[in-house]
Amino acid sequence: MTTVIDVQGVSKKFKIHHERHQSLKERLLHPRSGTTEVFNALSNVNFTVDEGETVGIVGHNGSGKSTLLKCICGVLKPTLGEIRLRGSLAALLELGAGFQTELSGRDNVYLYGAMLGFSKKMVDGIFDEVVAFSEIEQFIDTQVKFYSSGMYVRLAFAVAVNVDPDILVVDEVLSVGDERFQAKCVDRIQRFQQEGRTILLVTHNADQVRALCDRAIVLDSGDMVADGPTQESLRIFREHLLEDAVEHDNARLSESIRIDTVTSPTGSFEVRSGSALHLDVNVHANSAYSGNFVMELFTRGGLLMSRSDAQGSPVNLVPGHNVIAIDFAQLPLLDGLYDLNVGIVDHRGHTVIAWSEQAATIQVTYDGRGAGIVELGASIRQQ
Amino acid sequence: MSDAAPADPRRRSLENTSVRVVSARATLPTRLKNLFSRRELLLGLISSDIRIKYKNSSLGLFWSMISPAFTLGVYYLVFSIFLKNGIPNFVIYLFSGLIVWNMFQNSINTATGVIVDRAALVKKVSFPREILALSNVGASVVYFVVQLVVLVIFVAAVGHAPAWRFFLILPLSFLSLYFLTSALAVVMSAVNVYLRDMKHLIEVLLQLWFWMTPIVYSYENSIALHLQRHGITFLYFLNPITLIVVTFQRVFYVNTVVPSTVAPHPLISVLPTWSFDKFLILNLFLLAVAVVSFIIAEAIFGRLEGNFESEL
Repeated sequence: MTTVIDVQGVSKKFKIHHERHQSLKERLLHPRSGTTEVFNALSNVNFTVDEGETVGIVGHNGSGKSTLLKCICGVLKPTLGEIRLRGSLAALLELGAGFQTELSGRDNVYLYGAMLGFSKKMVDGIFDEVVAFSEIEQFIDTQVKFYSSGMYVRLAFAVAVNVDPDILVVDEVLSVGDERFQAKCVDRIQRFQQEGRTILLVTHNADQVRALCDRAIVLDSGDMVADGPTQESLRIFREHLLEDAVEHDNARLSESIRIDTVTSPTGSFEVRSGSALHLDVNVHANSAYSGNFVMELFTRGGLLMSRSDAQGSPVNLVPGHNVIAIDFAQLPLLDGLYDLNVGIVDHRGHTVIAWSEQAATIQVTYDGRGAGIVELGASIRQQ
Repeated sequence: MSDAAPADPRRRSLENTSVRVVSARATLPTRLKNLFSRRELLLGLISSDIRIKYKNSSLGLFWSMISPAFTLGVYYLVFSIFLKNGIPNFVIYLFSGLIVWNMFQNSINTATGVIVDRAALVKKVSFPREILALSNVGASVVYFVVQLVVLVIFVAAVGHAPAWRFFLILPLSFLSLYFLTSALAVVMSAVNVYLRDMKHLIEVLLQLWFWMTPIVYSYENSIALHLQRHGITFLYFLNPITLIVVTFQRVFYVNTVVPSTVAPHPLISVLPTWSFDKFLILNLFLLAVAVVSFIIAEAIFGRLEGNFESEL
């Protein structure tokens, strides 16, 4: 397997100017004034991507994922370290950034192709395909400034995916266009995968990563915190998100309320599909608190099965030990392991007061014929 | 698209492709190599520049002739009719210098602001940024060629034979002009990112520069003696555009010493009476200087480029 992307010790620092002096007068009058602060957007990121891999880069806003991507595309230069690339690269960073609105769609296809580093001859060869993919045959000779935003983005996407890149870099762009066009984009990306091309996908949409990627890298405030199989990485991603939420309200959280354990009256977390399950959540509170209770149930693959709360009836915690009961009248899940997250949030649901990730793991056994994750109870018969 | 083809050929070709390295600072040879490999983008940007400029005008590229022709008319009225500087065929003298100057001025004026103006592109797409400045120079070259055609037609129409022997030097002189202009354009486009006043300052400086170059006056006829008296002739020729302008004038205007059109028709020397060899050597020297300046400009741009993202 050939390594196509090799990121070695990449750090990126930004200077943040608190007072910007950009005119000559200001520079002369204040030669040293204006405080600058150094912001570490990336610190010592290392990973390699082999040919044919589809790797997701996840992280919340400001985690440095777009900076990393821009470094890989060469839009930004890393402060330290280097990135080695093999093969041609097409980036879908901000679609249509290279468009000249005064020119026609046709001219822009060629210009954009040249910007991505592809020759005129090559663009000639794929021009019809680009136009067909973007579905704007009628308007290809119209100036781009008259395009709707959807047409604009479709044309840019069509160029980038049709120029036959070895590496495709995608940044949050799958959310463009109508649903049908999105499906077409995902379809095209899957075809790229089959053709053995390398894809780098940046998003904070965990579902997209799960659907498309073999591997995921998690960034958190510039540090790479995980690099592994998608499911494992996504679990770490979720935990980091929570830690961040906790940090915001650390004082209130640590001093007063704590989720101790989740217990089952039978002592076992094994349950047969379709039968009832009762769980007790033991919460310790230092002071009285009134809020809402939230529970989430995940598959091992990281898919959220259900999230529900106390449905308007507040949970009133008293100082000392509290027990909150969760009752499933009948659990319609199929075979497998399911992780339970529980937490206490404020009434408006804005602040997490206490949270326990993977507080319990429920094992569901099922001996029916159905497959999947949920028993919908469909009965099938001929009329 | 080659979806029927197996992944194998792709793999084999991938293994053989060279590795590109993105790091903090690319070496100068790498920069120049990258620049050269993106020449197709340069051509694309030049043609889009020109097309955008004349997109909705019915006369199109013709405008690039009208405007200098008008300037020419005004100068002709002033110097040949009203002020009577006595130089015969003054229009040819004037135009051969003016096309050189227009190319220089157009390039610098447009290139200085180009990186700031196209910040959105600079921050989103990866390509050697100096190509933006070079595309402005390229567009000016196209206008230059259009004006050169006008000049040639005019010279032919009035039956004024150019100095054929000196024609050989013309490409050298043009290359010097191209590299010098590119060097300044590349540096200015980067400096303007940090000092936004540069765009306005350079317009003022270019006006001063214009009058320091013998375009609407004759160097020999007006200031040569004064400069010689103070021994500062070399200062005047430190302006690299001067030699280029004089070379163009020598080729198209030809005559170095001519009788004045104003009675009593004294002889006036219009151009330096240098030999062909002197013109050739000076131009070769200037070309070397120009190429070196361009390489230095690339190095400066490489230094300044690193911080673009926090300034744009």
